Amino acid sequence: MNGVHDMGGMQDMGRVLEEKNEPVFHHPWEGRVFAITRSMSAWRKWNLDALRHQRELIPPADYLRMSYYEIWLTGLLELSVKFGLVTREEIAVGKPAAGSSRLSPALTADKVPPLVANGTPASRDVPVAARFQAGQRVRARNINPVGHTRLPRYARGKQGIVERDHGVFVFPDTDAHFLGEKPQHVYTVRFSARELWGDQAKPRDTVCIAMWDDYLEPA
Amino acid sequence: MKSTRRDFLATAATAAGAAAAGELSAHAQDPETAHAHAHAHQAVPSDLALRVKSLESLLVEKGLVDRAALDALIDTYEHKIGPRNGAQVVAKAWADPAYKQRLLTDSNKAIAELGFGGQQGEHMVVVENTPTIHNMVVCTLCSCYPWPVLGLPPVWYKSAPYRSRAVIDPRGVLREFGVELSDDVEVRVWDSTAELRYLVLPERPAGTEGLSENALAALVTRDAMIGVAKVLPPREGATK
Repeated sequence: MNGVHDMGGMQDMGRVLEEKNEPVFHHPWEGRVFAITRSMSAWRKWNLDALRHQRELIPPADYLRMSYYEIWLTGLLELSVKFGLVTREEIAVGKPAAGSSRLSPALTADKVPPLVANGTPASRDVPVAARFQAGQRVRARNINPVGHTRLPRYARGKQGIVERDHGVFVFPDTDAHFLGEKPQHVYTVRFSARELWGDQAKPRDTVCIAMWDDYLEPA
Repeated sequence: MKSTRRDFLATAATAAGAAAAGELSAHAQDPETAHAHAHAHQAVPSDLALRVKSLESLLVEKGLVDRAALDALIDTYEHKIGPRNGAQVVAKAWADPAYKQRLLTDSNKAIAELGFGGQQGEHMVVVENTPTIHNMVVCTLCSCYPWPVLGLPPVWYKSAPYRSRAVIDPRGVLREFGVELSDDVEVRVWDSTAELRYLVLPERPAGTEGLSENALAALVTRDAMIGVAKVLPPREGATK
């Protein structure tokens, strides 16, 4: 989706503002949103790609106005409603509807350390042939899907060189829409900054982008 | 009377932002950066605090979340996992050439030797700065960041200015962080589009030959491991 989240190369967004001694969370509610989102994902009703896509679906003006954890909160609420875990009425009043079922067991504190330590690997141990190899010249396909994609706009149609094959991973473009994992190879593709941005870029500078097989064609 | 939108935002940022975000660096006071800051903190905190409190009690009552688990998650990322982990990795790589080799060839395994890994660092790639290559990490599409070694990302890393500019104007961004690089150096930007998570192995500063691993780790900053700063020699003090 050519959304406002796909920011690479946009201009006039202002200076990068670094905060000294920045706390992990600026307000207690931010920590709660972070932890609630992690906990709710443990129900496995959705996957990380779907969660990212849900945040991308926030209307552009709102997306730019919202703080980071407000974006998280909005994405979480939408998915929770979509998957029937809560209703909008329940969110509005903060109380379960009369007779609504109680799920269990939720993620408990003893499950937090293994969840954090093990993570959720996106690699898949399945035999899938690599379509490209290190050293090969490739072009990022010029695609404009209306759904989720991790192929940034600024790279589409540009040529680069495959640096490294990282193995087989879940494909976000299908996974985000619950259309299957479609496992395929992910590569580091190195693009010259001049190929991406023209002569204003320094001749030696480069950008490395992780690319799935489906994003690439031979060049 | 001349009152622009930017003035309004700057005022709002001074009032709300300063209260909300704590101490800002000195350059935050100019209107340009105050403008950027206003984007990050425009929402009214009290309203959000109430909404989140109400949501949490709803989810607890429905059995969907457990309060102790929420507390444990927050405690993990506030107190247990942060950039000191990454600094240990970097210091060990500086002190032990064999470890550095393992770190660059199988990053996950080498980082796991120090007990780090897991959520949002399942597929680590360590990239080495040299006199001719300067690596810098961004996620233009969202906020991907190597949690097990750096903790949760700072606001600026997730902000529109950094996400938009890091790929098209990396040297301009670096300059704002106080890093000026000659044209002979390749600036290599890593856009975290997949589940690969990047950690920059900064250059070891001169004059640190006799230092212990712990003393070396104390020099390594979060920003250096994102690739927007260099690690300074001990006499110049730590970078921000």
